[in-house]
Amino acid sequence: MKFSIYRFNPEKDEKPYMQDFDVTLQPTDRMLLDAILRIKAMDDSLGLRKSCREGVCGSDGMNINGKNGLACITALKDLKEPVVLRPLPGLPVIRDLIVDMSQFFKQYHSVKPYLITETPPPQKERLQSPEDREELNGLYECVLCACCSTSCPSFWWNPDKFVGPAGLLQAYRFIADTRDEATSERLDNLEDPYRLFRCHTIMNCADVCPKGLNPTEAIGKIKEQMVKRMV
Amino acid sequence: MALPKQTFDAVIVGGGGSGLRAALQLSEAGHHVAVFSKVFPTRSHTVAAQGGIGASLGNMQEDHWLWHMYDTIKGSDYLGDQDAIEFMCRKAAEVVYELEHFGMPFDRNADGTIYQRPFGGHSQNFGERPVQRACAAADRTGHAMLHTLYQRNVRARCQFFVEWMALDLIRDHEGAVVGLIALEMETGQVVIFQTKSVILATGGAGRIFQSSTNAFINTGDGLGIAARAGIPLEDMEFWQFHPTGVAGAGVLITEGVRGEGGILLNAQGERFMERYAPTMKDLASRDVVSRAMDQEIKEGRGVGHEKDHVLLKLDHLGAEVIQKRLPGIREIALKFANVDPIREPIPVVPTCHYQMGGIPTNYYGQVVVPRGDNPAEPVPGLYAIGECACVSVHGANRLGTNSLLDLLVFGKSAGDHLSQWLKGNPQQRDLPKDAADRTLARLDRLNQATTGENVAEVGLDMRRAVQQHAGVFRTGQLLSEGIDKIRVIAERARHTAIQDKSQVFNTARIEALELENLVIVAEATLVSAEARTESRGAQARDDFKERDDRNWLKHSLWSMEGSRLHYKPVNLQPLTVESFEPKVRVY
Repeated sequence: MKFSIYRFNPEKDEKPYMQDFDVTLQPTDRMLLDAILRIKAMDDSLGLRKSCREGVCGSDGMNINGKNGLACITALKDLKEPVVLRPLPGLPVIRDLIVDMSQFFKQYHSVKPYLITETPPPQKERLQSPEDREELNGLYECVLCACCSTSCPSFWWNPDKFVGPAGLLQAYRFIADTRDEATSERLDNLEDPYRLFRCHTIMNCADVCPKGLNPTEAIGKIKEQMVKRMV
Repeated sequence: MALPKQTFDAVIVGGGGSGLRAALQLSEAGHHVAVFSKVFPTRSHTVAAQGGIGASLGNMQEDHWLWHMYDTIKGSDYLGDQDAIEFMCRKAAEVVYELEHFGMPFDRNADGTIYQRPFGGHSQNFGERPVQRACAAADRTGHAMLHTLYQRNVRARCQFFVEWMALDLIRDHEGAVVGLIALEMETGQVVIFQTKSVILATGGAGRIFQSSTNAFINTGDGLGIAARAGIPLEDMEFWQFHPTGVAGAGVLITEGVRGEGGILLNAQGERFMERYAPTMKDLASRDVVSRAMDQEIKEGRGVGHEKDHVLLKLDHLGAEVIQKRLPGIREIALKFANVDPIREPIPVVPTCHYQMGGIPTNYYGQVVVPRGDNPAEPVPGLYAIGECACVSVHGANRLGTNSLLDLLVFGKSAGDHLSQWLKGNPQQRDLPKDAADRTLARLDRLNQATTGENVAEVGLDMRRAVQQHAGVFRTGQLLSEGIDKIRVIAERARHTAIQDKSQVFNTARIEALELENLVIVAEATLVSAEARTESRGAQARDDFKERDDRNWLKHSLWSMEGSRLHYKPVNLQPLTVESFEPKVRVY
């Protein structure tokens, strides 16, 4: 199978280039990550992140034939050749397919992604109805792979000011949690021409999310809450 | 060579469930803590845990920590230390409630309490009937827990060193731990961290097996670090084979599927577990179910062209239950087995899943070694928690849901104990002058070698050898042949060469260093398994089919120097209740 892979090693390359590989696959190779590891066995200098190989850790996000995804759950049979692999767009490249995710995590941290409560907790668990808990579905499952934020033009232009779809999805995860007591503070934190309102509902985020989540919808709900508290 | 140096009160190696739980305890107590992780913390392997956290909350039926304790001891095939098991089971409710208070999105019952599902080996009233004890967040409990703990650490402003690989401990002439040497992956820089204490929380080494549910990062780095520092490894012969890995792919399918009512079928469509475990059936403990599956396959009742797997049927649960309680499983089955479990069964085989053994500790997480007459003397400043540690609460076989519980209980306990210990030991000890010499020599060899063994090939040979010689069923001959093979492989691993010599994010170098740790674990496994001439829990010897309490009710301790074995007694004395005497195990 034929691949064209983005290569850049800052110690020896003046600028990035695309390198072609032709690799013989085994019948057990089902996913893109299997093929990349065959390539890495031939050329150990190929840099990529990987861990769980089942789509839950979020390590191996990359741009695959023009669309962001996780290599370990992208089936080889669905890919057109040559398979063009590039690092996630919009973030500085450290090496090959490895990007510097500092900006992405900084935005994630900026939404205070943790439960905030004033009321002291009870002896046992806080009670929450199954319906209230269901509000968190489609939010808490995020694996922080950055496929969404790095497919968002607004995040490309303003990665330092726009929280981006992943961060906003998590912002809403806590706004939606009936146990959280900081909704108003959370909305204040986002009421800003850039942090939230740079989302122009282009929907790339929902389109690429490997977990089938929909950040645009969550962003819409945050905006609804802002409108609600104004009236 | 002068290396850069930084100073901390405590250094935690590993940012998974146990490391994060300990970090939280120490950060909130105001200590200057650093957490090192090879990956961004939420990418740690805790994220892949699915089914639940064991705690006798009694939200579904009557439950009691003593029943949980009994189940754990029986599950361990009586090799677990009963003081540590009592400690864990009594603390379970407290740490689960805390996790809920941290924001964990547990599933809920109609009355608002945490939803609990049945799991293998968990029973009411000392084995009478299955009980719902596994506190669950759909089938993504580990993911929800790891993210919650990370988030709480963000709140506590804990300091992380992300994408750093720990290489070696530094001990002084008295044996106290005084520092850690680590490699920053992004720059290739090696740094010495002077510290009053180190907590190893590096997870398991399931990557020694070819067929494994484990992530690529599970390379036993903490075990290699400990072994090189002269710490023995305990009970390394005991590896859990999870009954339901996706055939061919190895990806985990939670026991929660059987908890929710899924059943295992052989080629004849028979629910064969009824024959092997009349009371608990498909919810017998994992070693029992894995052996039964292997037996069915061996006797020709396997499914598929090669008759090499069995089927996990769950379509009878209905689409609604599957979508609500097991959505992640459906995703995995669709992606990795090409079946939709709402309509078709999933092909499954026993797959290496969990390391019961590890770095010996007590229930405060202190690493303990034999010294004089004391089989368990703490090493000053050194702790180990989570899968890399052997407390031992899992003994010869871990019960499902007890691993996440172990991370929470002993992460917290080690954090608390270390917090106190630091008060009595406020001084940094001096670093020996030659602190980094051996580590730098290892790195230099890798940097210099232009020809040598290929890391990927040696790794593959190691995984094949361990799979072939230390699988579900073992014999003395198979194991001793395995030892010979692994010694050759270990020698090859000392002569690897990487083509890539660059500094910036050199993953070839990382994988070569990981291989060095893996082969240590592989040798410990084979040597410990060969010596233990009995069948107990996950160690099933075809040539010694019975458990032998007279000779083998004891923990193995393997030392890297000379690959020697010694033993220490099992602690059969709980903290406050009466001892559970070893009995024949029937499910």
